[in-house]
Amino acid sequence: MSGAAADWNGINQMGLEEKLPSGFLLTTVEKLAGYMRKNSLWPATFGLACCAIEMMAIGSAGKYDISRFGMEVFRASPRQADLMIVAGRVSNKMAPVVRQIYDQMAAPKWVLSMGACASSGGMFNNYAIVQGVDHIIPVDIYLPGCPPRPEMLMDAILKLHEQIGNEKLGVNRAKIVKEVEASAIAATPIHQIPVFGKQG
Amino acid sequence: MSTFASSRETTEGTIYSVTGGDWDQVASEIGSAKEERVVVNMGPQHPSTHGVLRLMLELEGETITELRCGIGYLHTGIEKNTEFRTWTQGVTFVTRMDYLSPLFNETTYCLGVEKLLGITNDVPERASVIRVMMMEFNRISSHMVALGTGALELGAITPMFFAFREREKVLDVFEKVSGLRMNMAYIRPGGVAQDLPDGTVAGIRELIKDLRKNFKDNAKLLIGNSIWIKRTKGVGYLDLAGCITLGVTGPVLRSTGMPWDLRKTQPYCGYENYDFDVITADTCDVYGRFLIRMQELEQSLRIIEQCCDKLDKLDGAPVMVADKKIAWPAQLSLGGDGLGNSLDHIRQIMGTSMEALIHHFKIVTEGFRVPAGQVYTPVESPRGELGAHLVSDGGTRPYRVHFRAPSFSNLQSTAAMCEGSLIADVVAAVASIDPVMGDVDR
Amino acid sequence: MSEQKGSFGIQGTGDTSGYGGLVRSSFSPTSAQKPYGSYFDEVTDELERAFPEFNDAIEKVVVDRGELTLHIKRQRLFDVAKTLRDTETLRFEVCLGVSGVHYPEDSQRELHAVYELLSMTHNRRMRLEVSTPESDPHIPSLVEVWAGTNWHEREAYDMFGIIFDGHPALTRILMPDDWPGHPQRKDYPLGGIAVEYVGATIPSPDNRRSYR
Repeated sequence: MSGAAADWNGINQMGLEEKLPSGFLLTTVEKLAGYMRKNSLWPATFGLACCAIEMMAIGSAGKYDISRFGMEVFRASPRQADLMIVAGRVSNKMAPVVRQIYDQMAAPKWVLSMGACASSGGMFNNYAIVQGVDHIIPVDIYLPGCPPRPEMLMDAILKLHEQIGNEKLGVNRAKIVKEVEASAIAATPIHQIPVFGKQG
Repeated sequence: MSTFASSRETTEGTIYSVTGGDWDQVASEIGSAKEERVVVNMGPQHPSTHGVLRLMLELEGETITELRCGIGYLHTGIEKNTEFRTWTQGVTFVTRMDYLSPLFNETTYCLGVEKLLGITNDVPERASVIRVMMMEFNRISSHMVALGTGALELGAITPMFFAFREREKVLDVFEKVSGLRMNMAYIRPGGVAQDLPDGTVAGIRELIKDLRKNFKDNAKLLIGNSIWIKRTKGVGYLDLAGCITLGVTGPVLRSTGMPWDLRKTQPYCGYENYDFDVITADTCDVYGRFLIRMQELEQSLRIIEQCCDKLDKLDGAPVMVADKKIAWPAQLSLGGDGLGNSLDHIRQIMGTSMEALIHHFKIVTEGFRVPAGQVYTPVESPRGELGAHLVSDGGTRPYRVHFRAPSFSNLQSTAAMCEGSLIADVVAAVASIDPVMGDVDR
Repeated sequence: MSEQKGSFGIQGTGDTSGYGGLVRSSFSPTSAQKPYGSYFDEVTDELERAFPEFNDAIEKVVVDRGELTLHIKRQRLFDVAKTLRDTETLRFEVCLGVSGVHYPEDSQRELHAVYELLSMTHNRRMRLEVSTPESDPHIPSLVEVWAGTNWHEREAYDMFGIIFDGHPALTRILMPDDWPGHPQRKDYPLGGIAVEYVGATIPSPDNRRSYR
């Protein structure tokens, strides 16, 4: 949709429906489904620690308003939520609960791992913290920071929106899933990747 | 995941566990049961439990007969982590315990380290004043979260917006002074990490006027509001004897009428030189604690005003202890590529002074040595008495760091407050205790 | 030819500072001599008056950095605590918590439990310290004296393995209920994993080379 859509001859011509030639719009089912899904993503309340406070700030403070994306309704029940923002450190005691909440969410569902602790264990490399929530649940987008500013969380959510808007469905999706799994199985462990000039 | 209710016989009678998807089966079985005691699990993922707190309620109808708290879902092992880092690096760990009032964690830890080092009187006055000012701002931001989330849990949504709006202004101050909104690691053993940037005090004076005006928004919404009073008056009752034996401190203790505030009774950081009141209530209930928190905001503003006056007089004074073998060496400044060591400092350590270079290197990599001993330094955090029990074996790393977390002790009192009341009152009572699970579980 | 490791011919710890001969003994506080200063004399005198078996129960009195610590034999802990709480002139009504400390070199006295006491009436603080061997880590519970020690004792049990006799429900509180071991003991590893970077791994904090 072009930005200079408004023609203010007293008539508001900003809607998409005004731009369609003869009233027809051609798109793909994938694009349409993606558009719908990304614009009404409801997060589940999964604030664990300090990142939860920044998540509350993005939800309710004046400056960082996620209502403009339709996301201010943090659903308490995971059954009604699409996005699980794991905000905070996941301890070993909490891990089965995280998994249970993830399982209770209905597909399609996405996971945003917010903060260093959720992404990789953060500064707490010890007996009590799961070193990255991706040990337990599949993560779609990682957000570093300790804690990440609300603007950073917003950026991650917008990137996730883009990702969701372009997701494939059906046969295409199954193909991608297989490809990703194969590449993950064949991947070299990070610390064995040769650095320039050094023998692996 | 097939989950069907199974009944099993125990010493307490027949117990049915309901895990979902099986209500018909359960209902038909329970229909024949004589007793009607239900155990409900609230949490750990629950919007009203202030973080990952698990409440196990045994109910008879809507009335609670027994309440138990399950904690430990945020246990991070921070105390053990500090044993593998230097004393200064401990600040960054300790600041993440009570994440709503990080500066209090830092201050109590640093006061402990300074007591072990014996430099409590050598900490410059400007550093103490800055500490007090930052702590009082932290008290304001913490109480704002307590009020906002407390109101939200009881169904009042607008106070949360007002509270977080004001909190953003306070977080802007934190960002201007220390670079971060939360978990700043700004207060270090010996003083503070860096001095206030220019124009901070003037900006704070403007902000105080603004905050004073805007605190009235929330007050107008809730104080005297008949729905609010009905939900909070007489709820979560815990009298003085209960508080004392359970070791409960902070607004909960002051709501019983006891004017115990460590800033007045056992002052630290120069608090004896400030003029402020200790707010108490005598109703021992949630409404009293709510009023206390609202009025403590005003008292904090008073203290901050006095800090601003003192800071104007102490312009240019050092903010780190003079002993170069302990003082954090880096002088940070904002350069083209972000916050880093100031060019003056680099010129000094690379060109002028070999000692400064050695101090910088040794203190950052190895840390300073703290003489052996143990201390306990308490401060009055927004939740109660926060104390650090530090044990040193004479090395560069702590031997044992234990935090007496106010939320841990205060949360023990939920059973005393809530048994015999209704489920809705549990939410109000827990909100009035204002536990922060990072503090509880550490 | 012997194998050479590293660029600088490092042998042993690689400490080239010249201070390698420094040997520091482990810390054990010395008993203070009377007068202790400040309100400590009053407290100990009052305790002696109210608790006749004072010399039998108190192992040592430590006054360090403006704080009073009484080391108590674990069998007498309950009586001493009750006396401290009930005597009018002492009135330590609030117990702020129990902290465990593990000194593995202090044989037969490895596990310490430190009780922080506060008297609001007299505005005083003091500390009680109790030691117990790892082989028999039992300490009487003080839940009947100060109800607030309930959870603190559970935490000390969870983290250090100190068993408090008489506690109404001594179970794990911070770790999952079936966790093996007691994490904050010195012989329990930190438990971190090596962090992978491209081309290298950084070992976890307790396995790294470090200055002590």
